[in-house]
Amino acid sequence: MGDQAGVVIVGAGQAGLSAAAELRKRKYEGPVTLIGDEPALPYQRPPLSKAYLSGEMALERLWLKPEAWFAKADVSLRKNTRIKAIDRSASAVLTDDGSRIAYDHLILATGGQARRLPLPGADLPGVYVLRNLAEADQLSEHMSRLKHLVIVGAGYIGLEVAASARKRGIDVTVIEAAERPMARTASPLLGGWFGAIHRGYGVDVRVSSCVDSITGGDFATGVRLTDGKTIEADAVLIAAGLELETSLAEAAGLTVDDGICVDGQARTGDPNIYAAGDAARFYSKRYDRHLRLESVQNAIEQGKAAAQSILGIEAEYDPVPWFWSDQYELKLQIAGLIEGADTMIRRGDPEEGCFSLFHLREGRLVACEAVNCGPEYMAAQRMIAAGATPDPERLRDLSVAMRDFLS
Amino acid sequence: MAKITYIEHDGTEHVVEAENGLTVMEAAIRNMVPGIDADCGGACACATCHVYVDEAWTARTGERASMEDSMLDFATDVQDNSRLSCQIKISDALDGLVVRLPEEQG
Ligand SMILES: Cc1cc2nc3c(=O)[nH]c(=O)nc-3n(C[C@H](O)[C@H](O)[C@H](O)COP(=O)(O)OP(=O)(O)OC[C@H]3O[C@@H](n4cnc5c(N)ncnc54)[C@H](O)[C@@H]3O)c2cc1C
Ligand code: FES
Repeated sequence: MGDQAGVVIVGAGQAGLSAAAELRKRKYEGPVTLIGDEPALPYQRPPLSKAYLSGEMALERLWLKPEAWFAKADVSLRKNTRIKAIDRSASAVLTDDGSRIAYDHLILATGGQARRLPLPGADLPGVYVLRNLAEADQLSEHMSRLKHLVIVGAGYIGLEVAASARKRGIDVTVIEAAERPMARTASPLLGGWFGAIHRGYGVDVRVSSCVDSITGGDFATGVRLTDGKTIEADAVLIAAGLELETSLAEAAGLTVDDGICVDGQARTGDPNIYAAGDAARFYSKRYDRHLRLESVQNAIEQGKAAAQSILGIEAEYDPVPWFWSDQYELKLQIAGLIEGADTMIRRGDPEEGCFSLFHLREGRLVACEAVNCGPEYMAAQRMIAAGATPDPERLRDLSVAMRDFLS
Repeated sequence: MAKITYIEHDGTEHVVEAENGLTVMEAAIRNMVPGIDADCGGACACATCHVYVDEAWTARTGERASMEDSMLDFATDVQDNSRLSCQIKISDALDGLVVRLPEEQG
């Protein structure tokens, strides 16, 4: 491959790093430049709301690769560097200090920032969001002297922070506008069950509640709800999801529609530009629709897909998505996507803290939500990939081993 | 500190000095031992950190925990001495540990 400028990757997160590592693993010989605006080495985000925030995991354990890896793999890592524009006609990106970096192939792996809500008081000191390491450190530092934390949003990150804060002895109130936690991504039974678990750990979980404003003068002192009630707190975390970073792609004239649009090879409409990770939306044959996934699985595998595309390897990225969440001593693992399912089969007893929910569509297994249930989750991954149509009665029957569904 | 030897499926050996308290997976990542992807970063959620513990060491690395056990139950090429390396904590007692990597992680 006679590449001169090589591959430039914008965004040194999970997807960008995965692409860089895959290029080298597959013996790409041109230069690889990984550019990110954060000051830290590329790191894993999941612990930021879990073990890192609860104080059980040290900083160095977050790094995806040790510093020495970059030299060894000949990947040029440019930290603290923000790309402000793509010049497609010249095949170059522009850094915010005005320099140009040329590319033969460009991968956009820009993720996004935590969404901030346009609430009165949202910019007061003591109001936090959580997407990156700096934000986790700020929140964690304040947590060491917090009595009461209000969390706005009962998605995964909101609930994981609630669990971590409880571990640190902090009183927690979670405010959620929907009628149950995890309403966007989990089944009603699961969301409701997790709500009850959090209440059992002493979290005040308030669903169907909307925040009107954040109270306080010099710093946040709590929240006011739209029904007029106020909740006092010494800090507020806004956990309201992700604001995608697609502005670079958009300004460069690439198609953006809830994510940078790519095909199953992570290719945008420009033959030299690829996108991967949280910020990319791709067409899935398996699900016959466009998907945008926010998960480690997707970041890693789509990053690899972009690298493989550049190397001319024909492989379709069409995953069975998987995801996990740790809250207290519970491990939730989800395989597949629930959307579109018409039947739910419960296996095991939620009262016992170990159960799985299988979701079928026209008899075909499309998703599995497993709480502390490794076999169900692992078997379901394979069954979904194979398009299995398991007998619901047997699925429900704990005396039938999961292994029996695989033959 | 503990000396740990990782042997790739093709026989390549990597000997590392690992700090106590890290996991066998983390010591591999820090020392750039190939073949341990650890996609989930040690959350016991991906099974891409599968190793075979040398028979002489299985007693000292201990039993699989239940979550680990069930993840391994469905991994590829599982043997009695299979472990998820993110679930083995390093201590002085593991000085000299030898683990082998499965073919699939080659
Ligand atoms: C607190 C938290 C907990 C999570 N827990 C889980 C979990 O348990 N399981 C799971 O599967 N997933 C989890 N996720 C999601 C997972 O971490 C993300 O899906 C994954 O990190 C996405 O990777 P990415 O590379 O697409 O984006 P990111 O990791 O966000 O990386 C993008 C990088 O690009 C940089 N960037 C953006 N624009 C520019 C620019 N113009 N110039 C230079 N740099 C730029 C950003 O600053 C960032 O560093 C969690 C996420 C968070 C925040
Ligand atoms: S790193 Fe994922 S299971 Fe060990």
